[in-house]
Amino acid sequence: MTWGTEHWVGLGVLAVATFALRLLGPWLAARVGGGARAGSTDALLAGLAVAVLAGLVVTQALFDGREAAGWARPLGVVVAGVLVWRRAPFLAVVLAAAATTALLRLLGLP
Amino acid sequence: MVGLSFGAVAVASGAPLWLPVLLSVVVFAGASQFVFVALVTGGSSPLVAALTGTVLNARMVPLGMGVADVVPRTGWRRLLAAHLLTDESAAFTLPRRDPEERRAAFWLTGVLLFALWNLGVLVGAGLGGTVLASVDPSDLGLDAAFPAVLLALLVPAVRTRADRRTAVAGAVVAVAAVPVLPVGLPAVVAALGVLAGRARRRGGDGGAP
Repeated sequence: MTWGTEHWVGLGVLAVATFALRLLGPWLAARVGGGARAGSTDALLAGLAVAVLAGLVVTQALFDGREAAGWARPLGVVVAGVLVWRRAPFLAVVLAAAATTALLRLLGLP
Repeated sequence: MVGLSFGAVAVASGAPLWLPVLLSVVVFAGASQFVFVALVTGGSSPLVAALTGTVLNARMVPLGMGVADVVPRTGWRRLLAAHLLTDESAAFTLPRRDPEERRAAFWLTGVLLFALWNLGVLVGAGLGGTVLASVDPSDLGLDAAFPAVLLALLVPAVRTRADRRTAVAGAVVAVAAVPVLPVGLPAVVAALGVLAGRARRRGGDGGAP
């Protein structure tokens, strides 16, 4: 891939925004305190991560940009899903997904 | 282990060697780093990738509120403590009551994780650059590794029925958005899935006044 100015900007935005979010928590706690309010915000923001991660998993599994990604990749991700569900170690999950996809491609599946 | 895979997968899928290493130092938030690299190497706009990563990291706010007492009030220590805030350092701090124990748990977990995470990424990037560099990433099935990693991060976070609804709604919204939105953005609008998790619960509460 070619790395350009807009990539630096993206990296900078992510780093600065993440750091700002990390500072925001203690800052808010000092002003509004914890309590019930924190509980409901907590649930909302945790839900945000769940929704976005789920959206990423399916779009990354099924698509290459806007094109369908074929069969080998989604099937590899399905294998990963089964292993995660069976509480397999992280590395096993990642390797199994890649190996499944690689094997299916070797067998001629797109 | 996660750091190792991040470095290796990132470099093997076409990112420059220094990118995963730099991200790990300046961003230091696993899932958002994976997402940034996956989206950028996948051809999405870097700003969209940054936005998606930022939405994922919104959970730092409640985590930071929960451990606010261990973060020093002023000075460089405050900035350092903030940077060391992660799911892990918060998880080891939150259950403890004693202020001294809380502070010790936070700093120990934070510093240790920062060191190990960056070491792992460095080694992984080196491996990715040397061992895997000569092969086509799609022959190795590396394109399946990114969604597999995200799945491994997602599943432990799904604990309640509301979480499950949220996840399904997020997935549906994202897929529906693929044909109409620029590459990478569908995962951002998946955030709307949160409404599904909450709407139904609010409905349930309203049913029993």
